[in-house]
Amino acid sequence: MKRIIVCLKQAVDVSQLKVDPATRRLITASAPKKISDFDKNALEEAVRIREKIGEAEVYTLTVSHEDAKAVLREALAIGADKAYFVNDPSFQDVDTSGTAYVLAEAIKKIGEFDLVLCGEASLDSFSGLVGSRLAELLNLPLIASVRRLTVEDNTVVAERTLEDAYETVKAKMPALITVTREINQPRIPSLMMIMKASKKAIVTWTATDLNIQQKKIGAKIEVVEVLAPKTERKKIMITGENSAEIAEKLAKALIQEGVVGR
Amino acid sequence: MSEHKGVWVFSEKYDLTLEMLRKGREIADKLQTKLTAVFAGHNIKEKAGELIKYGVDKVYLIDNPALERFQAEAYLSVLHNLAANYKPEILLIGSTKNGKSLAARLATRLGTGCVPDCAGLGVNEEGRLIGERITYGGNAVAKVTFRSKPQIATIPARAFEKLEPEDRKGEVIELDVQIEGPKTEVVEIKPLETASVNIEEADVIISCGRGLEKKEDKALLEELAKIVNGHVGNSRPLAEDRKWFTEWVGLSGHKVKPTLYIACGISGVIQHVAGIRDSKTIVAINNDPEAPIFEVADYGVVGDLYEILPALTEALRKQLH
Ligand SMILES: Cc1cc2nc3c(=O)[nH]c(=O)nc-3n(C[C@H](O)[C@H](O)[C@H](O)COP(=O)(O)OP(=O)(O)OC[C@H]3O[C@@H](n4cnc5c(N)ncnc54)[C@H](O)[C@@H]3O)c2cc1C
Ligand SMILES: Nc1ncnc2c1ncn2[C@@H]1O[C@H](COP(=O)(O)O)[C@@H](O)[C@H]1O
Repeated sequence: MKRIIVCLKQAVDVSQLKVDPATRRLITASAPKKISDFDKNALEEAVRIREKIGEAEVYTLTVSHEDAKAVLREALAIGADKAYFVNDPSFQDVDTSGTAYVLAEAIKKIGEFDLVLCGEASLDSFSGLVGSRLAELLNLPLIASVRRLTVEDNTVVAERTLEDAYETVKAKMPALITVTREINQPRIPSLMMIMKASKKAIVTWTATDLNIQQKKIGAKIEVVEVLAPKTERKKIMITGENSAEIAEKLAKALIQEGVVGR
Repeated sequence: MSEHKGVWVFSEKYDLTLEMLRKGREIADKLQTKLTAVFAGHNIKEKAGELIKYGVDKVYLIDNPALERFQAEAYLSVLHNLAANYKPEILLIGSTKNGKSLAARLATRLGTGCVPDCAGLGVNEEGRLIGERITYGGNAVAKVTFRSKPQIATIPARAFEKLEPEDRKGEVIELDVQIEGPKTEVVEIKPLETASVNIEEADVIISCGRGLEKKEDKALLEELAKIVNGHVGNSRPLAEDRKWFTEWVGLSGHKVKPTLYIACGISGVIQHVAGIRDSKTIVAINNDPEAPIFEVADYGVVGDLYEILPALTEALRKQLH
């Protein structure tokens, strides 16, 4: 029996973010949330491993200061057997260092496991640090940026995407893997799966349940400002009777701008 | 905290090291401290002195067969040993995939913060490092500073230009450090077919998205590229879903800053736009008048790329000659 823990972040759906044009501030409070994309790939991969080897448990683990039940239910519908939710208002300002620490404590409490799967980076913060930090805290072999994964007995073989190469790496389990979106196409849960999920367990823990030391979740970085970039584009639409005419006008404009024929 | 001193630079990629040295030099001068490069590898002694020409005061040279190729635990232990001993104030690490993971693990071992992918970097009035990075999928730029030391930031390739080499004084200090054994084993490396020219350096880029029906139709873009001395790029789905190419432009791919970027059959989803924002002029060709790409374009054409592109190639051919 293998146990796979998938670290699943509830992220801001960045495609639905609105910007206040006057202040260039993002309106994040009311923005919809969803399972961070890469984490959905990680979950899908865990479920596929279970389907392949026949017997395995897939647990998801989420840390958040706010409610995340909808996201956890979706994860259960996709195929997780059980969801762990570490929920505490004191996590409001945690950074990657604090998040990794809480995840590590939760994983220690869950106990035995063979694999921890993370996304390569999260949809909203896109920092790509938590998986590597977590591997370090749990003292696990780490294979990051994985596009293909196979589990054999007590080893994992994974293909990583680097800037200039694909690298195949082997490690003994337990190990920590971070996945890219290339790895699979996550399934969309059917109504049946959604109904079945309502019977599965969500275990909720607070900071106290994990003996979290507040000192250790203090942020080590400080976000000074977050502003939408200024976009000062001309937004000139070029129209004409036919393609040739449009093309002539566009060509002329580009030459006048001095951006072609240099 | 005050015992931490100096600015350090490390990347397993030589070019990226040189690029970071420019920024490192600037920050070290502002803080009136020294700039150090950590140079690790095997049989690299001769190259170490060269770094001084690029602005370094001090090179920590670690030459060891275990460092022949990049191996995470080996490199991590070297950096950890040095940083724990000599306590730098700032550590800039090249933001390759390996470098970023290394930075995260090093920050964890040292119990400090890490700000990844800083395309902008400076120090504030208190002398703290401030990094600028794209966040929220490209919707915003965040300015982030540190509450702990060393302050670790990772720097993407081509964010900064390297300095011209010049004759300067500096020292190379060879160190012997304890190197950890690996926890993983590399069994195969398959080099990727990457473009011979770096797209980041292209002056004109013509990119296609899912509006392109067949891989072969890329020829339409190549025809135009020939006329304007451009480079052809693409959005991520053409690489990831359709597997036609291996690289893409955007937040998770290449961030480009050409003089001219022409987006053909690309909708303009935020993650793509995040990679082209620094272009001087953006042209969008899309058959959907509602496509968001028009919001970030200087010139927009609502039309079929299969008609507009050949016509544009023809028009430029005529008008430029
Ligand atoms: C974390 C994360 C990171 C990502 N990173 C990147 C990244 O780095 N780069 C990237 O590109 N994407 C990235 N994506 C994906 C991104 O969200 C979009 O899915 C992608 O950019 C869309 O590609 P597209 O515009 O080619 O396709 P689509 O959105 O499908 O757009 C195709 C467009 O072509 C137009 N079209 C169709 N036929 C024609 C025709 N004949 N003539 C003219 N126009 C036509 C359509 O109107 C449509 O607007 C990322 C996503 C996530 C979640
Ligand atoms: N709050 C969280 N709860 C659970 N997993 C998380 C959380 N934050 C980050 N992760 C995991 O760490 C990965 C990288 O996150 P990040 O470093 O924020 O980009 C994500 O894809 C998740 O797998």
